[in-house]
Amino acid sequence: MTITHTYDALIVGAGGAGLRAAIEASNAGLNVAAISKLYPTRSHTGAAQGGMCAALGNVEEDNPEWHTFDTVKGGDYLVDQPAAEIMCREAIDAVIELERWGLPFNRTPDGRIDQRRFGGHTRNHGEAPVRRACYSADRTGHMILQTLYQQCIKRDVRFFNEFYVLDLLLDPDGRFAGVVAYELANGELHVFRAKAALFATGGFGRIFKVSSNAHALTGDGPAVAYRRGIPLQDMEMFQIHPTGIYKMGILISEAVRGEGGILINSEGERFMERYAPTIKDLAPRDMVSRAIYQEIKEGRGIDGKDYVYLDVRHLDPEVIETKIPDVTEFARIYLGVEPLTEPVPIQPTAHYAMGGIPTDVDGRVVAGPEETPVPGLYAAGECACVSVHGANRLGTNSLLDILVFGRRGGAHMAGYARSAVLADPGPEPEKPIADQLNRLMTESGTGNPADIRAELQEQMFDLAGVVRTEEGLTKMQGILKDLRERFDRVVVMDKGRVYNTDIMETVELGFLLDCADTLVAAALARDESRGGHYREDHPLRDDANWLRHSLAYREDDGSVRLDYKPVKMGPYIPMERKY
Amino acid sequence: MAEDPQVEVREGPPREPAGESPLAATSAHDKIELRVKIKRFNPEVQPDPWWSEHVVEVDPLDRLLDALHEVKWHFDGTLALRRSCAHGICGSDAMLINGKNALACKVLVKDVAPKVTIEPIRGLPVLKDLIVDMEPFFDGYKAVLPYLVNDEPAPEGRERRQSPEERERFEDTTKCILCAACTTSCPIFWGDGQYIGPAAIVNAHRFIYDSRDRGAKERLAILGEKSGVFRCRTTFNCTEACPRGIKVTKAIQEVKRSVMFDL
Repeated sequence: MTITHTYDALIVGAGGAGLRAAIEASNAGLNVAAISKLYPTRSHTGAAQGGMCAALGNVEEDNPEWHTFDTVKGGDYLVDQPAAEIMCREAIDAVIELERWGLPFNRTPDGRIDQRRFGGHTRNHGEAPVRRACYSADRTGHMILQTLYQQCIKRDVRFFNEFYVLDLLLDPDGRFAGVVAYELANGELHVFRAKAALFATGGFGRIFKVSSNAHALTGDGPAVAYRRGIPLQDMEMFQIHPTGIYKMGILISEAVRGEGGILINSEGERFMERYAPTIKDLAPRDMVSRAIYQEIKEGRGIDGKDYVYLDVRHLDPEVIETKIPDVTEFARIYLGVEPLTEPVPIQPTAHYAMGGIPTDVDGRVVAGPEETPVPGLYAAGECACVSVHGANRLGTNSLLDILVFGRRGGAHMAGYARSAVLADPGPEPEKPIADQLNRLMTESGTGNPADIRAELQEQMFDLAGVVRTEEGLTKMQGILKDLRERFDRVVVMDKGRVYNTDIMETVELGFLLDCADTLVAAALARDESRGGHYREDHPLRDDANWLRHSLAYREDDGSVRLDYKPVKMGPYIPMERKY
Repeated sequence: MAEDPQVEVREGPPREPAGESPLAATSAHDKIELRVKIKRFNPEVQPDPWWSEHVVEVDPLDRLLDALHEVKWHFDGTLALRRSCAHGICGSDAMLINGKNALACKVLVKDVAPKVTIEPIRGLPVLKDLIVDMEPFFDGYKAVLPYLVNDEPAPEGRERRQSPEERERFEDTTKCILCAACTTSCPIFWGDGQYIGPAAIVNAHRFIYDSRDRGAKERLAILGEKSGVFRCRTTFNCTEACPRGIKVTKAIQEVKRSVMFDL
């Protein structure tokens, strides 16, 4: 039996972007429901560590224009400059608003919000690192998630927790009509009708084996939209963070280097001095990850193995204790390493999707090269692509993104929902999902989804990670085809209805495969190197041909069709990207 | 800043042509056997709980969560548990591990091998296997007004000032991830179903001692009721259970003192 609900507006996903949008929609007096596959406080915003940049200028001179420049240059000029300008300007109000809501920022001696250095954030267009990141020890994301959730409780926002949104419903005119969700507790399908919805489902870093991402980050929102004809933008732009805990991929914040930590190779050399002479270890993440790759490749990994050291032994233990306590603890727990006296083994780890569902600066989903809005459909945060991160996101800018565009999307959606009429999703809108789940539950098959997922993750990390080639990506396309065929015959072991996480993990694997398909197709086509997309066979940036966003569409036969649209330029003309 | 837009960019030292990735995702460790005994419950199968036992091959440095995944992914897909971040931040996977509450993602295999016994956290209704009903837990959290209360005008466009010392006063309790390890380790919470529990008090503490907050009186009144802080018998289970190292019992004692002397 399917249960139907009707609301003014829906929020899909309850991390930072979703909660911020929910607050905005609630403030506007809408009847709003937030649907989340996790309890909101489990969302991956909580794992963000180092800080949130805003040009407050609390500890040294700064201004939003410098921040905008850094964001554009850091993104290797694939950033839409008007969007970056909005984000960096509104970042200041976003930080002040969080402080008003009680976020416990670290403070300066005179009681203002303290700020610290972060990768790629500089004074006056690259002169030197600048102290721009507002932070709460190394649990800034945790405090943001808690603070936003607290504000939702205060406003009595209606949550549907542990509900998985599996389909997007559009009416024949292409207007948003609702979503279909699966209730984990009892296996029921629900149709949520509403005038508008904002997707804030997070990233898809689980396509890679070594990943900082939570198990839940399976690209549900992008994949659901993609299957309904909405293209995914810049999917080839995936950030591999330089410092993950060796083998596990657990993130060690860039704040460690912001506080003075350095990277060293097997010869004890601070190798980033060779790659980025001015800002050294605080170069943008894509450059540092490639530098580590290069050191390892040239035999200067520790003991000849595939890792290098992150070293904080020279730092004041007081700084470590008050500013980076959690990541220090991670090293102790997961590596048995004492960072005060021993260097920490790290390797690059898959971290952040710059690409996703294309939106404008008000969070409206825009469907093609001509950027036609899908009426009533919004997206924000990592599942969306505004694009403020371009080809490589700067550290801390994801937290700005979720707050600034979560708010803007929520506000625009509220205005839209006030005047719009409810669209009709048609008869039996849940049927495609019901059929899919029914097949998984009843048919006999041969494949184990866990094995397919493990192979996907391993191969993607090797062939579509830090360094890519035509040969490797072509091979990956073949592997994906094979994995897809195996996935089509897959079975689940759990045939029950109560908390059947087996069937939901299998559905999530399907989402991961969609994300991987689009990533690999767009990466293969882009025969240049830019930001997080590094093609060893085309190592140079090629602005004449590739200063444009990719759009990946799903064809009826499941293949990927690529299209492109121009980057929205502004005052910054592409220049050589060195630090 | 303008340079030739056609310029092609190269960064770092020159690179060699394509080859095998030096950042291989696979690397071998010597695996060991771990016997995983789990208390199971599935209302669709039978009304009473039972025990399952599996032997899995895992890396000693794997998390216990990885071993549970090995059970779920290769032996019994019906095994139900909650997890997400897998490094002790999201608070999903609190369980009773060898008789003590902990997060499965913060316990390493080498520290429990060769055998581990896992049960759901206690004091909340079990829904399936290791999944319990979290609603009563979150109801307790919501009851203490877990948000900053301050209607006074703030400086225009600027932050409210707070000294590092004022912030330090409540730093410890900001670390809470709402995993319920503390609350479900508390014998008083198991016992009478009325105690609001340690986690709710921790989250009240986080605001009561925040120099910017004005809601302390109301929260202390709530916590002074019979479901509140005075049910605590200071057994320190909560402090031992907290995966974030919060001094939970100390926080509860501070709130007790404030209820007595500040109300």
